[in-house]
Amino acid sequence: MIRINLPVSQKEIRKLKVGDEILLSGRIVTARDMAHKYMIEKKPLYLHEVLNGSVIYHCGPVVKQARGKYQFVAAGPTTSIREEPYQGKVIGLYKVRGVIGKGGMGPRTSQALRRYGAVYFSATGGLAAVLADAVKTVENVYMLKEFGVPEAMWVINVEDLPLVVTMDSHGRSLHNDILEKSRAVFEKLIAG
Amino acid sequence: MTNYILELIRRTSTDISDDVVEAILKARRREEAGSMARILFDQILTNIELARNKSVPVCQDTGTTIFYVDYPAGARTSPLRAAITAAVRKATRKYYLRPNSVETLSEKNTGDNVGVGHPSIHFSQWGRASIRFRLMLKGGGSENVGAQYKLPDASLSAGRDLAGAEKCVMHAVFSAQGKGCAPGIIGVGIGGDRGSSYILSKEQFFRRLDDKNPDPALRTMEERLLRKLNSLGIGPMGLGGKTTVLGVKIGVANRVPACYFVSVSYMCWAYRRRSMVLKGGQAVYDQD
Repeated sequence: MIRINLPVSQKEIRKLKVGDEILLSGRIVTARDMAHKYMIEKKPLYLHEVLNGSVIYHCGPVVKQARGKYQFVAAGPTTSIREEPYQGKVIGLYKVRGVIGKGGMGPRTSQALRRYGAVYFSATGGLAAVLADAVKTVENVYMLKEFGVPEAMWVINVEDLPLVVTMDSHGRSLHNDILEKSRAVFEKLIAG
Repeated sequence: MTNYILELIRRTSTDISDDVVEAILKARRREEAGSMARILFDQILTNIELARNKSVPVCQDTGTTIFYVDYPAGARTSPLRAAITAAVRKATRKYYLRPNSVETLSEKNTGDNVGVGHPSIHFSQWGRASIRFRLMLKGGGSENVGAQYKLPDASLSAGRDLAGAEKCVMHAVFSAQGKGCAPGIIGVGIGGDRGSSYILSKEQFFRRLDDKNPDPALRTMEERLLRKLNSLGIGPMGLGGKTTVLGVKIGVANRVPACYFVSVSYMCWAYRRRSMVLKGGQAVYDQD
């Protein structure tokens, strides 16, 4: 188990390899479909400070609001591949060191991870209660009115988020390995 | 009635049914200690327990709220629809449901899970004096990996028979990899038109995981597919393992001579569906 505290350097991230189990702590930002489109089309400058050396979480949470304070109730990952058209550019533009999601991402993101020095972390899909428990405070939220609760960009502080590195900065992807292994079985089943 | 339906929503969102937990426990036992698959199953089980104890959603994607209502002769559906809609609004305010209804043209989230087509309600009249509400919460990730095939399919060498349909199901599950939050439950509809075929595939999710298909041909097909799909090695979250699907459930409907549709719906491991029967002002949960 490797502990990572954010912000993290490129050097530290390049040490990580596919299969490493991680406990991640520090400030991260949720971003999904609308936010990725927004980050690339509008290139908002204010996001540089929060994203530099930080990690993006593909997550549309359930958030409770009581007495002016926000609290995460349910916060598992969403499917990452939908952000494939944007992710590589977002990583390069904002110097993001990692992306958390589920299901893995494609070749463009993989290339960006290698080029800029970043990794893809898998969080377990559907682990909403456990992952919400790791969210200690909500620091800020951007685009809440415009995007709604699931799509807004939530700036949160997490403690010991349980993750696995499934795409590293050396071009390896566990998702690809499983795809190719299962393809071999699938082709045999179809032929039989 | 609204509060009884609210309780049905709370149970469905926060408390996974026993047959599903049983299947996950079984899948966990098949994985070696220390393996990634075993760790993921342990996380999943911890999450199920935590969600139940804290009464919070098992998964933050509380999905499309899909109701099936069976009502007695003479009952009116409009008050039932009103009660369901009110319960959905209340459940959203209580954080049992995420605000999940987005207007397609304006891209605005309605904030209360109510809008054109939401909640989704299927009414049918039945011969009993009671009212049965069945609810399924179907997340977007699993919905995105569903697929529909038209037989014959040359690319799969799939003909117009059950063997051909079997190849379609294998292709759908292989293509989904871990993206639908594996291990999944696979609902299959064979026959019908494009719309009814998909609906049939989803209705399979109201069956219990440990039931047996009354049709012997479909029963064998379900068992054979379960074995074959689990040999793919996709595993929990697509990170490798011995269990890729927890169950396969198949339904059939008549078709017109020209059409042979095979529809595959994928349900994530966070398999949320429950039922309630209202009789003489009393609600009984999960006893149909």
